[in-house]
Amino acid sequence: MLSRVANSIYWLGRYLERAENYARFLDVNFNLMLDLPQDLKAQWEPLIFATGDQDLFAKKYSEFDRRSVIHFLTFDLDNPNSIFSSVSFARENARVIRENLTKETWEYLNELYHFVKKRAEKKDFGKEDPRVFFESIKNQILLLYGLADSTVARTEGWHFRQLGMYLERADKTSRMVDVKYHMLLPSPNWVGTPLDFLHWTALLKSVTAFNTYRRLYGNIEPSAVVEFLLLNKYFPRSVFFCIKEAERCLHNISGNRDTGFHNSAEKSVGELRSKLEFTDVEEIIQVGLHEYIDQLQVKINQISDRINDNFFQIKDNFSHQNSAQE
Amino acid sequence: MDTNLYQPKGFYDEMFTNEGECRSHYCDFLKILKKTSSKKMQHLQHSANKTQVAMGMTFNVYHDNQGVEKILHLDIVPRIIDHAEWKHLEAGLKQRIYALNLFIHDMYNDQKALKDKIIQEDLILGSKDYLKACQGLTPPKGIWCHITGTDLVKDKDGEYYILEDNLRCPSGVSYMLESREIIKRAYPDLFNKLGVMPVSDYPAKLLKMLQFISNKEKPVVGVLTPGIYNSAYFEHSYLALQMGVELVSGIDLITKGKKVYMQTTKGLQQIDVLYRRIDDTFLDPLTFNPHSMLGIPGIFEAYKAGNIAMANAPGTGVADDKAVYAYVPRLIKYYLGEEPILKNVPTYLCREEKDRQYVLDHIEELVVKETNAAGGYGMLIGPKSTKEEHAKFRQLIKDNPTNYIAQPTLSLSTVPTWTDEGLEPRHVDLRPYILYGETIEVIPGALTRVALKKGSLVVNSSQGGGSKDTWVLYGDDTNGQSH
Repeated sequence: MLSRVANSIYWLGRYLERAENYARFLDVNFNLMLDLPQDLKAQWEPLIFATGDQDLFAKKYSEFDRRSVIHFLTFDLDNPNSIFSSVSFARENARVIRENLTKETWEYLNELYHFVKKRAEKKDFGKEDPRVFFESIKNQILLLYGLADSTVARTEGWHFRQLGMYLERADKTSRMVDVKYHMLLPSPNWVGTPLDFLHWTALLKSVTAFNTYRRLYGNIEPSAVVEFLLLNKYFPRSVFFCIKEAERCLHNISGNRDTGFHNSAEKSVGELRSKLEFTDVEEIIQVGLHEYIDQLQVKINQISDRINDNFFQIKDNFSHQNSAQE
Repeated sequence: MDTNLYQPKGFYDEMFTNEGECRSHYCDFLKILKKTSSKKMQHLQHSANKTQVAMGMTFNVYHDNQGVEKILHLDIVPRIIDHAEWKHLEAGLKQRIYALNLFIHDMYNDQKALKDKIIQEDLILGSKDYLKACQGLTPPKGIWCHITGTDLVKDKDGEYYILEDNLRCPSGVSYMLESREIIKRAYPDLFNKLGVMPVSDYPAKLLKMLQFISNKEKPVVGVLTPGIYNSAYFEHSYLALQMGVELVSGIDLITKGKKVYMQTTKGLQQIDVLYRRIDDTFLDPLTFNPHSMLGIPGIFEAYKAGNIAMANAPGTGVADDKAVYAYVPRLIKYYLGEEPILKNVPTYLCREEKDRQYVLDHIEELVVKETNAAGGYGMLIGPKSTKEEHAKFRQLIKDNPTNYIAQPTLSLSTVPTWTDEGLEPRHVDLRPYILYGETIEVIPGALTRVALKKGSLVVNSSQGGGSKDTWVLYGDDTNGQSH
């Protein structure tokens, strides 16, 4: 497969997953807001901190109010990670490799783009409930996933797309857990109160994990939720699961049937996988949840860099022309 | 719908005679039209437009903002060509392409036609489209022009005239293919009833031709595109998808030891055939335009060494010049000893004094064209222009006579077209596609371009033109059902 094509497929996978996760971020904050006691205001600030784009936000907006945060995360094309940006980038990547996609994939993605674009041209959500919109974005992306799952041949292109999707999902799940860190309780005395409980529940719901968690763990315990979302071996949005799948994708791409590694991308993903596999949640809490998540994100970025070096970097005389995406 | 309201207005109309009678090959279609309400027509047109946007059948307009995507309006009333008429066209096009290929080969090799004074030497050797680098070259299997999209028009007399040969990188074939799919949905029953010849095997034929020009048993084929901002990008990616080959751009390819390689996730892989959609001079910055960012340094050396085949071969542009065009009937006679089957539009060469004087005196009645421009740019339509424009072109011709030719204004034929005012006659041209591989084959269909503005004769998509699906009907000599 052409390096350029593999690069675009990988990023198509990442951008779609990014858009879907942003829709989840926003959706869950709305749900949380509805359950809050009357005297507490909804917090929009943690969303911006969790995405890591607080500097960019501060340049354009003065307040972390609902309107600004939603606009920034949903429609703002100056924010390269907003839903509109992500969907546009996904479509641009698809457009340059259209001959490698099924006709339906292209058409539904194109439709999704026009859907977001049309909404972006209208006024912001005033009193209108934006959840219908976020729900629709999630559904359209899930439709694209289902379509790929049942029609795309399991060749190199498929593995690159899955690789992008899983790495992005690992990153975004870790950020969602981090939202909880930024979500302030009125005082430390509130730990373990219904409000605290509400935050953790909202977090689980944002990754469609609430029922599964209940079945596996029972009571809502902060350390159990963290273990579930970071280390669980079976839940398809947990960081460990995503990293394990990403490793599998890389092995499929290189044809590696053994353990160990064949290239530096496999090496770095394998290291992270094994680290997560042999960690328990107490160790994470000892390091500090926020600090641990920070390190995790650095490692995920490193894996992406290694993938770029091994498969997408066009060597020889044209290296400057193959611009890296992020 | 009341089709009696339709007025052909004195031009040759493809559907109705001047007396208002329906031509026989349109009769079945007319019956359908009469049964279809205006509202239904509107609905069909609307859903055709929507399908095009959903499919992303968009093109980018030159001189426009990058990334502005437009659709080429597809009219829902087809243009129908009866079988006998098609056979005549087919024979004429094969003859012309065969002769033009011999001509191109001659110009880069023995130059017999120059020595025999059939065509002037400076017209060829002085042309910017004559690539000295191709001298002495014989492309694989001796074929230069593998893919042609000849433009024809029909004049008042109901006869076809060749307008342009388009031997470089003719575009539009994807519209022929996709339009057919959309129109099929609009008239599902009619295709079988009328017996419309299919065009859908074009990609398979194209691939077979591309494989044929390589010496390898199983050659690796790719479509070479300038990239996503090219106006025909949709088509490049569409053809690669339909043929199941890689779509490559300059940055994907490198040359080593006079061979061309694609950069893949598993290292370098040799590529054997390129359907290149990049202009000649942008192909290789080492041989041609040193500023080309689109090309592949060293590809021309690989081509000369026979390690990569290209369609069309570099250098075909020399036969595509609007001045050379005037000589094609003579060239057919010279190379084949045959009378040309299809007519040329009479052409005045401003480089020749007698012709130039005639053009300067009669500019109000003539169409003046720049010899090297495409897309309807650099053109004057005498009868539709102001005195100031006439004066401007007179001066341009005097300053640089070799750059201009002139032709009488043809009254392009009309086809009923769906407009805001209902069914109206609009002028059309015809672009069939011809493949030259093991044999020369004319694809039974075409891109019919239609000037959507009332009275306009400019059909170019960049200047307000649209398209129509073109139906070639089966005849008694074809397999399958006949009408």
